[in-house]
Amino acid sequence: MSENLKFVPHATCTFCGCVCDDMDLTVDMDEKRITKAENACVLGKAWFREHGIEQRPYALIGGREATTAEGVEEAAQILARARFPLIYGLSDTTCEAQRVAVAIADMIGGTVDTTTSVCHGPSGIAFETVGESTASLGEIKNRADMVVFWGGNPAEAHPRLFSRYAVTPKGMYIPNGRKDRTVVLVDVRRTMSTPVADIFLRVKPRSDFEVLWALRALVKGRRVDPSIERRTGVSLAVLEDLVARMKSCRYGAFLFGMGLTMTRGRHFNSGALLALTTDLNEFTHWVAKPVRGHGNVTGADNVVSWQTGFPFGVNFSRGYPRFNPGEFTTVDLLARGETDAILILASDPAANFPKAAIEHLKRIPVISLDPKTTLTSQLARVAFTTATYGINVAGTVYRMDDVAITLRPAFESPYPSDEEILSAIRDRVRALLGGNRVPAVAPAVAAAS
Amino acid sequence: MAEVMTLIGGRSSKQGTVLCAGKLSPEYVELTSVVEMNVEDMARLGLSNNSKVRLRTPVGEAVLRCKGRETKDLPSGILFMVYGPMTTQLMAGDTAASGMPISKNIDVEVEPVPEAGTGT
Repeated sequence: MSENLKFVPHATCTFCGCVCDDMDLTVDMDEKRITKAENACVLGKAWFREHGIEQRPYALIGGREATTAEGVEEAAQILARARFPLIYGLSDTTCEAQRVAVAIADMIGGTVDTTTSVCHGPSGIAFETVGESTASLGEIKNRADMVVFWGGNPAEAHPRLFSRYAVTPKGMYIPNGRKDRTVVLVDVRRTMSTPVADIFLRVKPRSDFEVLWALRALVKGRRVDPSIERRTGVSLAVLEDLVARMKSCRYGAFLFGMGLTMTRGRHFNSGALLALTTDLNEFTHWVAKPVRGHGNVTGADNVVSWQTGFPFGVNFSRGYPRFNPGEFTTVDLLARGETDAILILASDPAANFPKAAIEHLKRIPVISLDPKTTLTSQLARVAFTTATYGINVAGTVYRMDDVAITLRPAFESPYPSDEEILSAIRDRVRALLGGNRVPAVAPAVAAAS
Repeated sequence: MAEVMTLIGGRSSKQGTVLCAGKLSPEYVELTSVVEMNVEDMARLGLSNNSKVRLRTPVGEAVLRCKGRETKDLPSGILFMVYGPMTTQLMAGDTAASGMPISKNIDVEVEPVPEAGTGT
């Protein structure tokens, strides 16, 4: 370690959706690496430790080293030629870069989709159907005397959700912190999070909807048959006890994870939980928040929503935005072999998508932007090396509760930001196409079609 | 003889820390190639810690190393592994018009993979 150290107070960790903004960083400016991250959890410490400057080409085109400008030209040519292009990812970059990504999709008459579609996309569908009784994490910290974690393992995926917001911290109306809260955990298996809970409900796999619907019935005073235990693994007595507690608390909060969205029922599960929240508001105050994974996936939802009116899976091929999960979402577009070019921004679908979707990625030109070499960048026709948001790049991100937070970068990177590369691609595509590929449609025409 | 079990994909803190160094590292590849299984199920199938096991779905298969978990932590018939290149081999591309492929609670056939010299 050199003596050229810099202290960066109140920096922001963008590893997960908690987006903790109380990081105190020590940076070795000669070695361009963060040597200490005070207040960071185990995930945050790894995030800061492992994002130094790696010696990588600025860009690779077909595996050959290239300049960023050459990469931009090749990427723009690909997008300008494509008939059904897709822009995907967006959740690990700044809102400023996300905004440019949406603009490119609009210009080329393509589709823009984010990692939300394989995360809390089903919850996004449920929000439109049922609505959301929402709150900030600060409100939950200061008011919630009952917290129900459903289908998630925050101890391993969002460690500071417990210590900073929802379990142990003292709040304005929670003066004794943990002692003033009843904590419930619902999952199909015991995890590192289970010991935190006062009450643990182990539900059988694929039975979350049934448990939630039974709770709704009990909240409304309806009879539930004791056979619910055979179907769900949870006895009627346990459910009745839980309902009594939920109705009598002062302020309750559901924090739900992908245990609801990634399994049988998908948006029906999220919708059932949101409807239960609404039901409980007849008796006391309850809120529900999805627990989000990537550092700025909530920003992606916000940016795509305020740019297009929809949160993810948005297609511009008719000159105006259309939202249709299953049709314009990335797994579907790839697995059906419909997309003929894709720009992947700060995401690694080759590492976690279904096999059929990955096979199609291998058949089409892929453009990737990532600070690291990934399985996706390895199969890309054009692979850009980018600076890391939050560590090298300033900008705005949204915490999982839709609170916007400004980033305080620790040191400069020799590599360009996502926003810089995307802006260059946008400008070059505009020159190649001479404007938007699909002319803007008058609102009256759009409404009639 | 293959048995049908339920596979849950998920995250772990170890995965979260290792992926920061890059998903191509041997440590990440190893971490995403392990399936946790109920110890009684393992005994019934003649498996021990680190035995090879094949998981198969209608769309693909993956050969993994297994790791035992007590019944109080992981019920019989349930498997857990962290998301990664191996889980992608088992996931179907259909999303039932939701955009979301089923990534948790996937029915998988489980069978031991004989290894040279073990007789299993």
